[in-house]
Amino acid sequence: MSASLAKAVENKEDLRKVLLSIDDLHVWFELRKFGFGHAGYVKAVDGVTFDVHRGETIAVVGESGCGKSSLMKTILGLYKPTKGEIIFDDKNLKDLDTKGMHWYHSHVGYVQQDPYGALPSFMNVKRILEEPLIIGGVKDKEERNQRIRKALEEVKMSPVDDFLPKYPHMLSGGQQQRVVIARAMIMEPKFLVADEPVSMLDASVRVEILKLLRGLQELHHLSVIYITHDLSTVSYFSERIFVMYAGNLVEKAKVRQVLDNPLHPYTVALLTGTSEPDAKNADTYKEIPPGEPPSLVKPPPGCRFHPRCSKAIKGLCEIKEPPDFEPEPGHLVACWLYEK
Amino acid sequence: MTQNTELLRIEELVLYFNSLQGPVQAVDGVNFSLDSNRAVVILGESGCGKSSLAKAILRLLPRNAGTYSGRIYLDGQDVMLFTEEEFRQNIRWASISMVPQAAMNALNPVIRVGEQVAEPAIVHLGVDKAGAISLVRKMFQHVGVPDDFISRYPFELSGGMRQRVAIAMALVTSPNLIILDEPTSALDVLTQANIFNVLKRLKKELGISFILITHDIATSSELADDVAVMYAGQIVEVSDAHRFFDGPQHPYSKKLLASVPRLHGDSEPEFITGRPPSLINLPKGCRFSDRCPSRFEKCVEDPPVIEADGRKVKCWLYS
Repeated sequence: MSASLAKAVENKEDLRKVLLSIDDLHVWFELRKFGFGHAGYVKAVDGVTFDVHRGETIAVVGESGCGKSSLMKTILGLYKPTKGEIIFDDKNLKDLDTKGMHWYHSHVGYVQQDPYGALPSFMNVKRILEEPLIIGGVKDKEERNQRIRKALEEVKMSPVDDFLPKYPHMLSGGQQQRVVIARAMIMEPKFLVADEPVSMLDASVRVEILKLLRGLQELHHLSVIYITHDLSTVSYFSERIFVMYAGNLVEKAKVRQVLDNPLHPYTVALLTGTSEPDAKNADTYKEIPPGEPPSLVKPPPGCRFHPRCSKAIKGLCEIKEPPDFEPEPGHLVACWLYEK
Repeated sequence: MTQNTELLRIEELVLYFNSLQGPVQAVDGVNFSLDSNRAVVILGESGCGKSSLAKAILRLLPRNAGTYSGRIYLDGQDVMLFTEEEFRQNIRWASISMVPQAAMNALNPVIRVGEQVAEPAIVHLGVDKAGAISLVRKMFQHVGVPDDFISRYPFELSGGMRQRVAIAMALVTSPNLIILDEPTSALDVLTQANIFNVLKRLKKELGISFILITHDIATSSELADDVAVMYAGQIVEVSDAHRFFDGPQHPYSKKLLASVPRLHGDSEPEFITGRPPSLINLPKGCRFSDRCPSRFEKCVEDPPVIEADGRKVKCWLYS
């Protein structure tokens, strides 16, 4: 009793701590001409700064090509940042050696977008879940088996014995995604990156998987970065939303603040574009900003959204890049409209 | 309001596929009708047979098609009686065209998009190439593709633009009816909204009817006049969109609508327990009964279609 109480207190203190801190992160990919000449950069992530606290869920929302996948892969340590720092649990990723990266990878779980593509088709469920344990140095076979069973029970794949010998093609889409989640959870990470975990699933299964992820998050006190393009699922899963456009975070705030009072014109457009089931929709046209997201090789100067923005201020938005303003507490927005 | 005339009526349409385990009953006795200048949405989860329904209407049958029967009346004419050649000349793409699933990725990469869009016009309308290209120009205007894109290749276009090109291709022979199979499922939110703006405008300006096949309930409301819900090869509910989105009748439709996450409001989305039945070994009686929260003794028998107030529902609860 007292032990669990002590743990609860510890958890509460934990909450105030920053687990992952990202400071002025740039991820640029070099373009080459004929294989060697320099031909500019694809600026996929261009100056992103945020903190993730322990036990906090964050949603990164943006359209395809806005750099959210590059951001995620850099956090996972798959890409090297061009500039900027990633600090996880007070350790800078730059300073970690191979062994250190091993430690880091065992603390960060990754839930992929396409479960069928993410699972090796020649391995059965048991083998898929055993692999990270073997790599992670769990030598005892009995312990490995127990952890596999526990992970499968946590993702509600029971009876476990029925699923252990199955291959991915024998499972439904929802079950495959559960295996992917179990694999991400098996090393007992502190931190989970979920890249559009439900976009390939049917509507009725989608909610089930989101609820499962949220249950795991609460149970294990995980920090989660949930990457998505679908604003409607965000409110059930995260505490804060970061809206990403052309390599920048344009709005950072609590979920309800963004959904009920969006400030950045791009966020407003995203919310307008998201439909809710209502027959009245058929009678009206939606006001959508013209054009398409800019090329990340040569993004427009100043605010990157200004060519599509109906509220752009002439002589300001196309010249100077907007810094973060804070029109209400905890609600950051990179837009000149909110300059005090 | 003007009186709409009936454009399409489908009666007892059946399409089974042969497989080693037995016939796959993808479309199993489907009935519905569509008035001109209206849009009907066919909603259902993956594997419920909704894409097969589209193929059955257009008689685009794969090699393993087995039983194919029923009646399809287009403008009062039973097109099921047509021979394959008559059907190809007079119906497919001439009166009914289609934007298949993932059409934007199916464009030929080595042919300019203008020529690809022109092809159906050359084949079906018998115009020469120059005439067809001028038709293409007109269609591109309707769907919002800039004129100079005619001589571009598919890889030079963004996803949204390619989808518009695919719609233009369905439009170029001026059909009365277009079947859209998941037209926006791979697109971003803003592009999706843009495509639906285009479709709404086409419906208003050209008076085209649509059959929209999708699993995305929220965006389907952007175009729907009527809604038909499909489950395990059968249509379980038909209703006008207003009454459907305010209060669906069939337990499956209710669950489906409750599973849609909302932007505002606190109601938690629900999920449907269990899985749809295999289309090979279908359960006797109501096909949804295993997953249905309001199941009772009668559900072991096949429920009748109950019609009231212009809405149809296939469920014992309403008998």
